[in-house]
Formats: sequence, structure tokens, C-alpha cells
Amino acid sequence: MEAINYSEKIPNNVNLAGDRTLQRALEPWQPNNLKWWSEMGPDSAQAFDVYLRTAVSVDPSGWAHFDHVKMPDYRWGVFLTPAAEERRIHFGEHLGEPAWQDVPGEHRANLRRIIVTQGDTEPASVEQQRHLGLTCPSQYDLRNLFQVNVEEGRHLWAMVYLLHRYFGRDGREEAEALLERRSGDADHPRILGAFNEKTPDWLAFFMFTYFTDRDGKYQLCALAESSFDPLARTTRFMLTEEAHHMFVGESGVSRIIARTCEVMNELKTDDPARLRAAGVIDLPTIQRYLNFHFSVTIDLFGADQSSNAATFYAAGLKGRFEEGKRNDDHRLHDATYKVLEVRDGQLGERDVPMLNALNEVLRDDYIRDSIGGVSRWNKVIEKAGIPFRLTVPHKAFNRRIGTLANMRVTPDGRVVDDAEWQAHEREWLPSAEDRAFVASLMGRVTARGKFANWIAPPAVGVNKQPVDFEYVRFN
Amino acid sequence: MTTDPKVDYRTDPTRYRHWRLGFAGPIATLAMDVAEDGGVRDGYKLKLNSYDLGVDIELADAVQRIRFEHPEVRSVVVTSARDRVFCSGANIFMLGLSSHAWKVNFCKFTNETRNGLEDSSRHSGLKFLAAINGACAGGGYELALACDEIYLVDDRSSTVSLPEVPLLGVLPGTGGLTRLTDKRHVRHDLADVFCTVSEGVRGQRAKDWRLVDAIVKPGEFAAAVRERALALAQQSDRPADAHGVALTPIERRDDDAGYHYEFVDVAIDHAGRKAEFLLRAPAAAQPGDIAGIEAAGARWWPLQFARQLDDAILTLRTNEPDLGTWLFRSAGDPAAVLAVDAVLDRHAQHWLVRETVGLLRRTLARLDVTSRTLFALVERGSCFAGTLLEVALAADRTYMQRLPDDAAAEPTLAVTSLNFGTYPMVNGQSRLARRFYDEASPLAAVERTIGTSIAATDAVALGLVTVAPDDLDWDDEIRIALESRASMSPDALTGLEANLRFGGRETMATRIFGRLSAWQNWIFIRPNASGDDGALKVYGKGGKAKFDWLRV
Repeated sequence: MEAINYSEKIPNNVNLAGDRTLQRALEPWQPNNLKWWSEMGPDSAQAFDVYLRTAVSVDPSGWAHFDHVKMPDYRWGVFLTPAAEERRIHFGEHLGEPAWQDVPGEHRANLRRIIVTQGDTEPASVEQQRHLGLTCPSQYDLRNLFQVNVEEGRHLWAMVYLLHRYFGRDGREEAEALLERRSGDADHPRILGAFNEKTPDWLAFFMFTYFTDRDGKYQLCALAESSFDPLARTTRFMLTEEAHHMFVGESGVSRIIARTCEVMNELKTDDPARLRAAGVIDLPTIQRYLNFHFSVTIDLFGADQSSNAATFYAAGLKGRFEEGKRNDDHRLHDATYKVLEVRDGQLGERDVPMLNALNEVLRDDYIRDSIGGVSRWNKVIEKAGIPFRLTVPHKAFNRRIGTLANMRVTPDGRVVDDAEWQAHEREWLPSAEDRAFVASLMGRVTARGKFANWIAPPAVGVNKQPVDFEYVRFN
Repeated sequence: MTTDPKVDYRTDPTRYRHWRLGFAGPIATLAMDVAEDGGVRDGYKLKLNSYDLGVDIELADAVQRIRFEHPEVRSVVVTSARDRVFCSGANIFMLGLSSHAWKVNFCKFTNETRNGLEDSSRHSGLKFLAAINGACAGGGYELALACDEIYLVDDRSSTVSLPEVPLLGVLPGTGGLTRLTDKRHVRHDLADVFCTVSEGVRGQRAKDWRLVDAIVKPGEFAAAVRERALALAQQSDRPADAHGVALTPIERRDDDAGYHYEFVDVAIDHAGRKAEFLLRAPAAAQPGDIAGIEAAGARWWPLQFARQLDDAILTLRTNEPDLGTWLFRSAGDPAAVLAVDAVLDRHAQHWLVRETVGLLRRTLARLDVTSRTLFALVERGSCFAGTLLEVALAADRTYMQRLPDDAAAEPTLAVTSLNFGTYPMVNGQSRLARRFYDEASPLAAVERTIGTSIAATDAVALGLVTVAPDDLDWDDEIRIALESRASMSPDALTGLEANLRFGGRETMATRIFGRLSAWQNWIFIRPNASGDDGALKVYGKGGKAKFDWLRV
């Protein structure tokens, strides 16, 4: 086997060149990873030169290095945020003890499960998005898609590093399995349901990166608090990249809205049929996409009462969002939290032990954050002088997991019967016709500086480059 | 939890909340679909296809209905109706809330149900295939282990696991450990690894370690399961064209005095902490041929009696834990019982007779593992003959009344060929063979009495009864025996009886009821499991178990 020049091929700050255990694990894994990327990465795009940001070190000057590279040559690095001096555990039953530099045997299974579940989502989203390049609305957007894709690939790498470095043979097998599962595959599906759904069009892609990557942010934030220091440091560095993914989503939706509002004002109409005829996506359709992606994403936080959540927190494996900034005892033995339930046909709240409700705590933090971007979208509509406003649906709407699973609750939080649900479902969730219409808009725009009719150009380009910069060389 | 309403073991498919029972030719499918809010007690939710006593009562009923109502069924697929979860085992929150007695009784019943699957496979040609189509943990895997074969979906995620030790501080005690070794011959060091990794084993390794028989991709799983179930069905001699017998509801009247069935009466005496069973021989003529038996259906005495006795045993075990002594009397014409035995013997190969004998066998076997003192009283008017004699043979002691002044009225015993192996205990021995440690001479002496009535003096000489007081001594002898028994430690008595009932040989089932259950029950009461900081108590609440690290 050809020797690998580790520091060149895999930028890292984990002393890869000097770690034989890690080398032994990575040597067979890396070719399989490249094989996976060529089979399941972006479709028909491997020869393109793409203006990508590569992290080559964790210094402020090194984590955002821009250049045109072919994606298979992208250097998937392994980076951990530098260790804090004498970091101590700051929640759960081990509060005050030194953070773990190795996996405690007692928590091996749960930590492995957490890392595998997180790691599984990273290649899954690449798989979900692999055909989108064929219908890109511009070079700028195509480049952003590929940037998201390679960074998800790097996040897979990051989780694989932890499995290889800290979990022995089990870890190597789990790392292999991460490459064997496939999004939507009947035989070997990805672990979480939402990651087996299709990302069929660019509106869905932007909604996904806004809502679902934000779930990723919250999960990573909770793991960045972990007592297992390598996990905390790995996820903290991943968060710097996750921010860009959410930016792609928020700005993408915002530009679609801006273009729609522009046409609404030109035609002086809010009639969806006329707007669709003019080739833009009407605001009610955008609302329905929002409803879908929001509700599917908040399911990812898990059941509202969970014994795993309690175990993970108490054991110090997974904290709360911004655990360090909270003013309580960080043990939560006697604390309670309100969760929703349907009682006598009405939504009501019930106090349950906080430890068991930590999924709900994280979900509520997420919801507060995700509302922010929606109000920024509304600013675009408001500025255009249009009275329509987008809203985030009720937490109980369209849920599949937890106490609220399969309850019929409207976007404004009313419990209804099956008949009423069915009568209005098309107003609340994207219909097959909606999706077919959005799909019909998805042509491929590749000329420099040109944009599809249904989306406005961005205000500025990537890395201070002009909007008509050659972001992708198609060769 | 035992102060809650009484548990009723009687159910039927129209009332199932946790299982879906489907039929397709020779294959029945039992699909687990547990209703989260359907716990038999309050205080826990049955998430992720976890089970409690109520779920297992339905399982036992479903299997019973397959045996009797669907003779055309030759193999049973045990699977899950849920997506990506097969069964996550006994509900931990239920176990955490339960009294020790409830846990032990729950485990005993679930053990009997799983043994019942193997019993039907061994004796009745009903084969069981576990089709594990999602995560399978703890009691879920123990249920699979009780099946003849195990198929596991190979989706790179689904595992089989026995996480009791690492997660809960207890054992896989519903046969799990014993079946790993005795049945599946999993190497002990691999079993050690398997039982201490909470996440379990999946795919090829599960097959390599003999934890499952086959792994199949999700897309091919249903077809592979069906194909294997059909192949297993080929091994069966269950009839294709027979008509099933409807298991009509068991009629029982409950009142302050006890539980009353047509052929079984249970008088309860809380002050004396005892239950008095009266077993009745058939009063009306019983059919002598298959057509008559099929026409009688669930009204046929051996079937009806077995169902009633079975229900009485289960009802008392669960709902009357303070009644430490069960007294068994019988009433009726011994000739009527002997006539039934002759029919059972003559038509032993017929599926319905075979199933009825099977139910009697399993019901009598419940007595052997019941944690109550069992005394049989052979009194004037009794009919401990053949099949009914098995109850007296199962007893810890048998008292037989002598009537020196009224020889004509003296009660007698009678043995039939059925007493020599038709109703083995779970150790594989007949109760007579157990009684005489398989010694040829006393067994032959008893066998020579077939066709005769055995009076008390001969019964003592043959070793069939413990003691035979005459009518003048009888009342005092019995009173003193019962009062003396009732004064002793119930725990010590349970241990004493369980040890003495099973002398000599061991089988997988005796190791489950003996070795495994005893360890489990010891662990259950230790603070490391059930103290306020014990692993069972803190599970799922975010607490960490605090162990006493001393090895005992």
C-alpha cells in the first residue's frame, strides 16, 4: 500500500503523522471514503474546479483558505479546537471533575452511539443532495452547494476520527458502517428518518440547510459541552462550518422571497396562479415548504420524554445548549419542565422531570433561534410593501415522534379531527402539485453572473469576490 | 402494585391491544404492536414494544388459540408490526415500580409462556420462527431465543442484545442466559462479551456467534422469512384439513368465598392463608370417539378442566399471594376419569387430543414450579385417578384417609398408562419417576396396579402417599399439618419445596426455573438492583446507580 503523506493529504492538528493507531485505521478507510464520495457525492461534478474554502489549520488565518480545487482532491482535515487548560466537567453527576481525555469504559456504548448517530447524518445529507447540482440556479449557488457537501464530508471525517482514535475495533467497524448505509436505501438506510427523505429541489435544499442544519448546530452545541473532551473540541470546530450552511439556507430562501416580491409588485398581484405563470414561487407555497421542513426537523430532537436524554446529561455525555451560560445547579435533579400533551382533545402543558425533558429543552431553544431567520425573511416582504407574513407552525403540528406523534394539530395549534385535517392538509403542507411546480422551475443556469428567474442574485459574492466570479470551472 | 385491581388472564383476540394475529395457510404471524398506554398497571408507558404482564397474557392466549383454533397452522412467525424495532424487552419502569413478588411472578409466567413455545415445537409439531425486523433487546431477544430459529434483518443497524447486566444491574433472567448456552451453544467467552455490551451484536457477527440463524437484507427479509416458515411447516404433522375448536370464554364466578368454575372450585381462606381446590370428575358421559370429541369442543371435560385449572393457578399466583398453602381435593367417580384417560390414550395421535394432553401437561407443570405449599387430601368421595392423580403426585405431601369401619367408602387411587410419561415435569421425568428416582422396582410395582383401585394401606406400601391417617385422627392430623406449615417462613418453604420437587436430573427448563431464576431473584432483592440508588430504580431517570462493590 502506498504510504500516505498525512499532513499533506489530511490537514490535521491531532498529530496524525505520529499516531500509528490512527494511521492503521485510516489507511483502509480513506480509500473507501473516496469511493463513497465518487459513488454518492455530487453527481457528474467530480472533474469541476470549485472555488472552495478549505480548513488547513485551526488558526483564524487557516480555517478559511480559498482556492479552486476538484472535490475529490479537497483535503478533508481533522481538526479539534485547541484544548483548554485543565478543562473541567461542568454538568451532570461528574460536575467539577477533570474532563475525560479518553472514553470511560462505563460510557463507551452511549458515546459511541451518540457519535455514530451524529456521524451518520453527515454523509446522509451529501447523498440527499447529490443530484441538485444538475439543476443549480447559478454558479454562485452551485459553489455553495458543493461547499456544504465537502464540509459535510469533513464532518464525517471528524466523527470517524473519534471512532478510530478512541473506540478500537468497534470504532473501526462503525466507521465502515457509516460508508455502507445509504440515504433512502431500502436495505441499508441511514439511522434517522429525516435523512432518508429526498431533497428534491433547491427550495427544499435551502429550507433543509436553514432548518435541518440548524438542528445539526444545536446537536453539535450540546455535544460541544461534553465531558469527553475530544468530542467537545471536535464539535466546537465543526460549528464554525455549520454557520455557513445555515447562511446558505437563510440567504437562499431570502433571495427566493425577494424575487417573488419583485414580480408581485411588477404584476401587482398576489394570485399564486399568475405568479407561477410568471415563473416565481408564490409565498403560500414557500410557507408550506417552511411548515414541512420545520416540523420534520423538530422531530429530530427526539421524544419529549426520554430516558436516554436523562442518562446522557447525568453522565455528562451531552449538555444543554450554552450549558456554561446557564445559572442553575447543572444537575437538574429536582427541576421540572413543561411538555405539551393532548388531553380531552385540547393541547395542554404538563410538568415532567427536567432530566427526562432535555430533548424538549433543546427543541425549544432551537425553535426560538429558528424564528429569528423567519422574521428576517418577513423584513424582505415588508420592505417590498406586501402584507403577507411567513410564520413558524405550532410545535405540535405534523409531528411523528413523541407524545404528539400523529396527533392532528393545525399550524396555529388547534387539535382537529381526521376529516378537518384531510380537508386542509394541502393548505398546510406541500402538495404533489406544489412540488411538481417547484420542480418545473429547476433548470440549470451555469453562465457566470446569471441567475434563474425564480431567485434574486446575492448582494455580495463569496470571499469578497464579485457575484459574477467564476465560482465553478466546468472543464 | 399488587393492591391494584385483580389481573384477569382471560382474554381473546377481539380484546388484544398489543399483538396482531394473522393467518395465511400453514403460517400464523404474531406481530407485536404494543399500545404504549396499555399497561396492566399504572405508572409506566410501554414504549418501543416493551412488555409487561398484560402483553404476555395476550401472547400466551394467542399461542393457545393457534394450537386449538387453527390446527392448519404449522409454523408461527413471531415478529414486530413496528418500524425498526422488534421488541425492547420487559418494561424497565414497570420493573422499577414493581414489588419483588410481582417481578418474580411476572418472570415465572413469561418463562412458562416461552417454555410453552418450545413445548409445542417438541410435542405438537408447531414450529416458531423469530423474524427480528428491528432493534431487539433483552426480553425481546429472550422471546426470539425461545423460537426454533431466529432470522435477523441485516440493515447495518439492527442488533440483538442482552443489555441487562450493563444497563440494569440484573440478569437476562427469562431464560436468556440459559438458552444462550444450553440451546444455542454460544461459546461462553463470546456470551460473556455479548451480555456485557449494551449495544448488542448485529449482522454477520451475530450469525458467527450463533446468536441468530440467518441474516437477511431488508428488501429480501419478508420473502426469506416466509420461505423458511414454509420449510419449517413441512416438518410438521399438524393436519391441513381439520376444523379448529373455538376456545370459548372460561366461565368463572368470583365472590368473597373464592373462585368457582364448573370443574374446579377454589375456596379461599385468608385467615388460614390457604386456598382449597376441589377438582371435579366429569359428571356426564364423555365422548369416546373423535367425532364426539370434536363436537364437544371446549366443553370436552379434559380440555375444559385443564383450562379452568390453568386459569385458577394463574389467578391465585398473581392475585392471592398471601395464600401460602394450596390444598387439593377431588370429587366424583374415578371410573369417569379412567374412561377419559382411556380415550386420551387411544386417540393420542389425533391433533386435538394431542393438544389437550399438551395443555394438561403444561398446566400440571405450572404446579411443579408454583411457589406455594401443595398438599393433596385423598378423602371420601375423591377421584385421584390417572390424569387427576398427577395433581396428588405433584403435591409436596399427600394425605390419604383410611376408613377402617367403612371399607366400601374408603377412597382409592388409580394409575393409568398416562401416569408413566404423558405428563412429564419440566425436568423431563414423569412425576412417578421423579417420586422413585427412576428406580425400576417401585415403578414396576405401581405399574402392576393399572386396572385396579389402590386403597390407603396399599398406597402407603407402594409409596404413592405420604401418610394415611384413619378417620378418627384425620381432622387433627390435617389441622396440625396445615397450622404447622403456615407458621414457617414462606421464603424458606419456597426454597425447600423447589429443591425437593426437582431432585436428580436437570434440563434447560429446570436450569431456567432453578439456577437462573434463583440468581435473578437474589439479584432483584439486592440493593445494587432495587435499592433507592440501585440500577433498576435509577434507570432512565438520569441517576447513576451506586453499587456496593463487595463481591458476595
